[in-house]
Amino acid sequence: MEFNGNKSIYLQICDAICERILSGDLAPDSRIPSVREYGAEIGVNPNTVMRSYEKLTGEGIIYNRRGIGYFISEDAPKIVLESQREEFMKNELPQILKRMKLLGIDPKEVL
Amino acid sequence: MIQIKDLGFSYGEKAVLKNINMNLEEGRIYGLLGENGVGKTTLLTLLCGLKKPQTGTIDVDGCKPYDRLPSFLSDQFYLSDEVPAVNMKAEDYAVTYGKFWEGFDLGKFNEIMEVLENDPHQKMNKMSFGQLKKTYIAFALACNTKYLFMDEPTNGLDIPSKAQFRKAVTKYTREDSVILISTHQVRDLENIIDPIIILDKQDVLMNATIAEISEKLYFDYTTEKVEDALYSEMIPGGNIQVYLNQTEEESKVNIEALFNTVLKHKELIKGIFNK
Repeated sequence: MEFNGNKSIYLQICDAICERILSGDLAPDSRIPSVREYGAEIGVNPNTVMRSYEKLTGEGIIYNRRGIGYFISEDAPKIVLESQREEFMKNELPQILKRMKLLGIDPKEVL
Repeated sequence: MIQIKDLGFSYGEKAVLKNINMNLEEGRIYGLLGENGVGKTTLLTLLCGLKKPQTGTIDVDGCKPYDRLPSFLSDQFYLSDEVPAVNMKAEDYAVTYGKFWEGFDLGKFNEIMEVLENDPHQKMNKMSFGQLKKTYIAFALACNTKYLFMDEPTNGLDIPSKAQFRKAVTKYTREDSVILISTHQVRDLENIIDPIIILDKQDVLMNATIAEISEKLYFDYTTEKVEDALYSEMIPGGNIQVYLNQTEEESKVNIEALFNTVLKHKELIKGIFNK
């Protein structure tokens, strides 16, 4: 896995999982790798992956079945979609609009 | 758990470690960083019982390493920076010396050798430096010890092996293990080492998890200059700047920049991280 930008690694791992939920690659009730398996796969400290899983659990995107592992929740696609839309409107869109203004691009040109 | 209290060690007149205090907890992969000559290797050899503390104590689950009890020694492994090129096939070496470690697993040794693309039937004194190093890494991991101390393990490894090493350290170690890796090659081990320990001349400047570091320090990768940055370094496309984190937001910790920041602001950093 390639990491970039200045976003902390545990958040980038969350993003990667959410991305796969949105694309349908990870369907509700499918199992995701254990903390150690995933850490080994992407070359990241298991404690970092644990933090990602804890955050996703807190947001209701994944859930833990004791002794079995972590699974994608039924509502995950809905939750991820809502939060990413919010993120887009709040952070990404203003950036794009700012850039368009700087370059003198009329919104009509791109629609 | 390892508890180090007021540890001191000198070579003759030259004091290397002085009043070192720290705890190393289970389930963690510590990165031990420090400039040349600050005593990283000395600390590792004290922890594994090769040297005797001159002052202070080291307590490893109730044992003193220098007592060198067989039960303690069979549950720990020290991988030195320099490894001997013995006149033996790698697999024979593993079979012979693996007997000293209770948890040694030959199947695992061969599996890791394969992952690292190393031939277990090759004689160790016919191997290149990197191949030899990989053999010892495979052996160290195959011993399944609770305590694993590695001195510059990625030195001499080729590019693919560095990624394999990161994966192997996660995959082939016990969940309750305490791993301490000293290194100058922080990029080889980025994302794997957490917590970070920074050793200075006779002092521990930092022993903090990545989460704690990113809570307190912000690593910014932009073209905009920040006025009160603690550290800044030009990189292609802008600057890495480190400043105190005033927000809730966490950034990606750049260990090289962290190291330089800590060395530049020793007292400030110690103040921030000392709880």
